[in-house]
Amino acid sequence: MLRKILAMAAVLSLVGAVGILGFAQKQVVIAVVWSGAELEAFEKTLIPFEEDTGIDVVIESVGRDLPAVLVTRLAVGNPPDLAAMPNPGQMKEFANQGALVALEGIVDLSESSKAFIDLAKVDDRVYGLFISADLKSLVWYSPKAFAAKGYEVPTSWPAMIELCNKIVADGGTPWALGMESGAASGWVGTDWVEDIMLRTAGPDLYDKWVSYEISWRHPAVKKAWEYFGQIVQQPNYIYGGAPGALMIFFGDSPNALFTDPPEAYMHRQATFIQSFILNANPDLVPGEDYDIFPFPPISPIFGNPLLGAGDLISAFNDTAETRALLNYLASAEAQGIWCKALGKLAVNKTVDPSIYPDPITVKAAEMLANAEVFRFDGSDLMPAAVGAGTFWSGVLDFVSGIPLDTVLASIEASAIDAYTK
Amino acid sequence: MALGIFFKRKRGYFLLRTGRLQPWLFIGPALLLLSFFLVYPSIHTTVLSFFGRPYSAGAEGFIGVENYKHFFTDRSMLTAFRNNALWVVIFTTFTVCFGLMFATLLDRVRYEKIIKAIVFIPMAISMVGASVIWKFVYAFRPAGANQVGLLNAIVVFFGGKPVGWLIERPWINNWCLIIVGIWIWTGFCMVILSAAYKNIPRELMEAARIDGASEWQVFWRIILPILKPTVAVVTTTMIVFVLKIFDIVYVMTNGNFSTEVIANRMYKEMFSFYRYGRASAIAVVLLLLIIPVMLFNIRRFREQETVR
Repeated sequence: MLRKILAMAAVLSLVGAVGILGFAQKQVVIAVVWSGAELEAFEKTLIPFEEDTGIDVVIESVGRDLPAVLVTRLAVGNPPDLAAMPNPGQMKEFANQGALVALEGIVDLSESSKAFIDLAKVDDRVYGLFISADLKSLVWYSPKAFAAKGYEVPTSWPAMIELCNKIVADGGTPWALGMESGAASGWVGTDWVEDIMLRTAGPDLYDKWVSYEISWRHPAVKKAWEYFGQIVQQPNYIYGGAPGALMIFFGDSPNALFTDPPEAYMHRQATFIQSFILNANPDLVPGEDYDIFPFPPISPIFGNPLLGAGDLISAFNDTAETRALLNYLASAEAQGIWCKALGKLAVNKTVDPSIYPDPITVKAAEMLANAEVFRFDGSDLMPAAVGAGTFWSGVLDFVSGIPLDTVLASIEASAIDAYTK
Repeated sequence: MALGIFFKRKRGYFLLRTGRLQPWLFIGPALLLLSFFLVYPSIHTTVLSFFGRPYSAGAEGFIGVENYKHFFTDRSMLTAFRNNALWVVIFTTFTVCFGLMFATLLDRVRYEKIIKAIVFIPMAISMVGASVIWKFVYAFRPAGANQVGLLNAIVVFFGGKPVGWLIERPWINNWCLIIVGIWIWTGFCMVILSAAYKNIPRELMEAARIDGASEWQVFWRIILPILKPTVAVVTTTMIVFVLKIFDIVYVMTNGNFSTEVIANRMYKEMFSFYRYGRASAIAVVLLLLIIPVMLFNIRRFREQETVR
């Protein structure tokens, strides 16, 4: 019996020793939502860091349930060292709980573009590091088609409306717009409204709108929808009119730009639509057959703000390893690998533009680097019942002809219910 | 084994011999599985339906019947209610009537087996697959472009203008969705009704015909009364099924443009909005709606079995 106990003790102490030894190896745990190509790219991004520092980075690919997992792990006092936040709204919630480490003085942010540092601020302290971004305020067009008709890229809203009228007078259709996206139908339209809201009401009011400090019946919100209506409620302006906008798959819609003669001339969509365009029309040359221009400003006061989305990392624990990894991810080296693999835009201003695969992405990166104001896709920041619920369906209703006041009233009703305060 | 030994020692298989334990032994595993996979979740769902948001930030705890109140007042919930009623009436009527029609008429056709196979084939396609297929049928392209949708291609061929089938609310798009359901489930009704029809003794019909009954009279006075129990079972089965209708709506419109149904609403509340309480309340209401139909179905089935 005694011998057994002794043997057990020996085994236990051995296990303990191995455990301590294992612990001694420097390691940092990061929880991410990514899987597939994105996870692969992230692993690739970390290789130089692990080789240089000897720190072992443990990636936990949690998937879509990340917020719930983080809430639970925080509750039991065992959060990962770092986590890729699904959006700044989630980050703000954790920061308000006091769960996040403020990054000033810990991470060298001097090379990050200012708009993104501001975006990760809560009460003037930075709680997140943006490593990359997607840009949404873009209008895609065919320079060849424009040249053939003598059209010029509009630089203001009135100029854009004028161009639309000119195209209609010439017997063409100005916009290719498709909002069908299966169970996510509607997001294309909410991006429009957000982009317009940012231009007519400015970033401050935009933030208040997103966090529901102003109601959906606020005149500024209504105005943004009315501007959207100037485009979508003109059957001549949209390829296929309202049924076209509602029933054409968003990924198919830009193809209308590349028929002969063009079925439409402009398409407002984020950077990622390029892969859809090239998939359907592999012979097109970026920069020649298709190009981008910024969605034009509306109010001179608010200029040309950019709407987009980004990848954001926050820290729960302040250790030397965490600091080292954050500094690495802020660097041009890390973002270069990450963005090259995924065609995303780097937030670090010193990233060599030559890593981008084509002139369009280079142009988008320049726009981003020079951005004075950048705002995150608002519908992603709202509670899902609004941002992925009534806002989506509301936009579809609006385009299908339901009166604006009815649409806004029903979004407002769900917002009263969905925001927790 | 252990149980047997136990009883042998004490009373010599007393319980087993008198047959008090034996039925429990047979029914036990099924009962255990049922209570684990059906009874427990049902109770848990009912409990959840009285609770609010689960997450820390806005956790609400016990909120009484709020979730049920929401169910009966929310605008999209009411639309879902109306549409479910529409589905129950139209879908059930057409699947059963078409099924009955095919079952009786095809009996007189030489190529019965082939035609029945064709009518039945949609049953072999998954609901999601069928929905995707029909989404193509209803696809819209602007006038002048190549119509990729079959229905609009036909409309345009006859000189019409392409129609946005899935967005024309509230009647056209709901009908378009229900037709998909009918297309899938008619075969099922046909097979069961046809089997019952083949069981009707031929002499009955022949006697009626010799007595001078028209075919119409034979159908209404002989065939239908005999098939009545089967028709009732098929109808209630269809009602139970269609009350839970989800896949077609989720894939084709996701409930937009006034096509919402109760089950799709439940899915959204649960998996998109994380409102577990509300989703549970919807599930409970759906269950309560289905129970009377189920009871009726079981009773009819028993009656039918005793007749046999």
